Amino acid sequence: MNDALLGGFVDAAVQSSHAFRAALSVLSQPGNIRDLSGAVPPAPLSVAAGVLLLTLCDGTTPLHLAGAFDCAPVRDWITFHCGAPLVSAEAAVFALGDWQALQPLGQFAIGLPDYPDRAATLIVEMPALEAKGAVLRGPGIADVAYLSLPEVAAFQANRALFPLGFDCFFTCGTKVAALPRSTYVEAV
Amino acid sequence: MTQTPLEAATPCSETLAARKAWMGLLARAKPARLADLCPEIPTHDLLRAPEIGAVMVRGRIGGNGLPFNLGEMTVTRCALRLGSGAVGHAHVQGRDKGHAVRAAVVDALMQTDQAEALRAAVLAPLQAEEIARRTSRAAKAAATKVEFFTLVRGEDQ
Amino acid sequence: MYVAVKGGERAIDNAHAWLAEERRGDLGVAELSVAQIRAQLSLAVNRVMAEGSLYDPDLAALAIKQARGDLIEAIFLIRAYRTTLPRLGASCPVDTAEMAVIRRISATFKDLPGGQVLGPTFDYTHRLLDFKLAAEGEVSQAATAPAAMEAVPHVMAMLDRDGMIEAEPLGNDVPADLTREPMELPGSRALRLQAITRGDEGFILSMAYSTQRGYGRTHAFVGELRIGAVAVEMEIPELGFAVEIGEIELTECETVNQFKGSKTEPPQFTRGYGLVFGQTERKAIAMSLVDRSLRWAELGEDYTGAPAQDEEFVLMHADNVQATGFLEHIKLPHYVDFQSELELVRRLRAEVFATQEAAE
Repeated sequence: MNDALLGGFVDAAVQSSHAFRAALSVLSQPGNIRDLSGAVPPAPLSVAAGVLLLTLCDGTTPLHLAGAFDCAPVRDWITFHCGAPLVSAEAAVFALGDWQALQPLGQFAIGLPDYPDRAATLIVEMPALEAKGAVLRGPGIADVAYLSLPEVAAFQANRALFPLGFDCFFTCGTKVAALPRSTYVEAV
Repeated sequence: MTQTPLEAATPCSETLAARKAWMGLLARAKPARLADLCPEIPTHDLLRAPEIGAVMVRGRIGGNGLPFNLGEMTVTRCALRLGSGAVGHAHVQGRDKGHAVRAAVVDALMQTDQAEALRAAVLAPLQAEEIARRTSRAAKAAATKVEFFTLVRGEDQ
Repeated sequence: MYVAVKGGERAIDNAHAWLAEERRGDLGVAELSVAQIRAQLSLAVNRVMAEGSLYDPDLAALAIKQARGDLIEAIFLIRAYRTTLPRLGASCPVDTAEMAVIRRISATFKDLPGGQVLGPTFDYTHRLLDFKLAAEGEVSQAATAPAAMEAVPHVMAMLDRDGMIEAEPLGNDVPADLTREPMELPGSRALRLQAITRGDEGFILSMAYSTQRGYGRTHAFVGELRIGAVAVEMEIPELGFAVEIGEIELTECETVNQFKGSKTEPPQFTRGYGLVFGQTERKAIAMSLVDRSLRWAELGEDYTGAPAQDEEFVLMHADNVQATGFLEHIKLPHYVDFQSELELVRRLRAEVFATQEAAE
C-alpha cells in the first residue's frame, strides 16, 4: 500500500471551499494568519502547504518543487491528489519550497503587461510564522500589519514591479499567511 | 524531475494489458448493467471520493497530424482500498458515482484471488454484451455497403 | 453604463413560473422524458454536444428539454454546466483510423478498401413528409449482413502513399485551448479547429457555402466522410499507463482540395479537416471547407478578401453563445445610456434650431 494515496480531502467540495476562503482572506489582508486543515501530506510538507496544493493546484497548474520538497513522497502525493505537472521554476504557476531553495527569485514568472495574472505564486515553507517583524502597508491593511517575512529587500523589489510580480503564501504547520505583490514592505 | 507512477513494481506487459482491458470494459459499461452484475459493494476506504469532472478529448489534424482540442467529455473517477489492502482505480465515462465506485471495486478485486470468479460473473457478461452490441451495429452498416454494378456502355461493345 | 434597477423581482418570478408551465405545454399530452429526447432526437442531442463542447448525451437531452427545444439556449446551458466541472486531464488524441464505422463514403474513389458504407443517412430519402410517423407505433427493422469487424483505412492514407497529397505535420505538441486562455490571433491551425468544431453549425455552414460560391474558392472534394465510435484513452499519472475512459461517436471529414504547386513543390492536392462530436455530417463537411479556406497564407494562396479567408472574422463570430449573449443583451435595460443619447440629440436639435433662427 502506498502512502501517497492517503491524506487527501475527505469531502473535497466543502474542504476546498473553506481552504479557498482562508487563502483569499490572508491574501487580501496581508499579515493576517489563519489555520488550514484537512490534508495529511507526507513530510517535509506542512499541513497548510498540503491544503493549499489540494485547493489551488490541478492538472492545469504547473508546479515547481524546490530543494528538499522535490522528493519522491511529495511528488507521488501531488501526482495522485492534485495531478499538477511538475516543472522547472521558469515554467511554474506555483512553486513550493523554503525561502533558501526558492532562490534566485528572478527565475519565476512575473506576468506580462497584458496579462499580469500569468505570474507565479510561491508557497514558502517557514520555520516560524508570526504577526511580527516586517512592517506591511497597502491594499487590505487598515494602518500597518506585521509579518515575520524571511527578508525585506526581495519584497520591496517585487513591489517595484507592480502590476507585475509574484505573490507569496507563507506556511508553517497549520498556519498560513500571504503577501501579494501590491504590499509595501519595510524593515522594522 | 519526472513523475513516477505509484504502482510500486512495473507489472509485466501481459498483466498490464489485461488490467487495461478490464478497466476499459468497466469504463464503457452501462452503469445500470454494472450495478446488476455487481450489486454488492464490499467495505472499502475511499482514497479519492468519487468525483465528476471533464476530460478534454483531443483529435489529430488530418487524422494523423498535430493534436487539437475537440471538446470535453464527462468522466467520473474514484480510487479506493479494500480491507484486503488491494487498491482499485477507476475513470469512467459519464456522471454516475456508483459506476466509478463499482469499477474501482472490480479493479481492486481483479488483483486478488477473487479475480477468476469476478471475471466470470462481471467481466465476461459485459464483454459478451459489448461484442453483441458492436457486431449488431457493424452488421447493419455492412447491409448498407454499396455493391457497384458496372454497366456495359455502348462505345465499349 | 449599467445601473442596478430594482423592482422586477415579482415579475421575474412569475415569468419563470409561466415559462415552466409553457415548457410542459398541454397537460393532456404525455410529458417528454429525457431518455426519449436522447433516443429519438439524437441529432439535436449531437448538435448540442458538439457546440456545447461537452460529450454527454443525457445532459444534452436534459438541456434540450429545459430549453424547450431552443438548441442555442440548450448549448448555453451545457456551456454553463461545464464550467462547474473540474478538468481531470486531457485524453490521448483519438485514433479515427480505428473507428468502428457506421457510415463511410468517399466522393473521390468509387472502389476503395472497406467500401462505401451508407449508414443511417438522409441522403437518398425523397424529402417527402412521412405521414406514417404521425401515427404511432411504427418500428422498422434494419437489415443486416455479415460484417468484418476490422478498421477501414483512411482514404487519405492512399493518396499520401503516392505523395499526391500534402503530408500532415506530425508531432505531439500540446495544443492551445481556447477554454483556458483567451484566443490570440493569428492562431495555430489546432486552435482554429477547436473554435470551428464548437462553432455554430449555421455559421460554419454559411462560411463553407460562401467558399463554394466563389468567396475564397478551394475546389473541395470529400475524400472521405466517416461516422462511428472511437475509444477515448487517457494517461493516468498515478497508474503510469493509459486506460480507456469511454467511447464516443464522431464524424470526420477530410477534403481533397486543388493546389497548383509552387516553385519548390510539385503539384499536389491539399487537405481540409473536420472532426465533430456525434453524428454531425453537415457540420463536419463545412468545418473541413472552412479549415481549408483559412489555410490560404500557409499555402501561399492569394487573399481575396473573402470572409471565409479572414481568420479574425470566422473565429470571433463562430461561437453562438458569445454571439447570442452580446446580441440579446441589447434588449436588457439601457435606460441611462439612452437618457444620455436623448439629451445629446435634444441639445444638438436645439443648437440647429438656434442657428436657423439666428440666420432668419
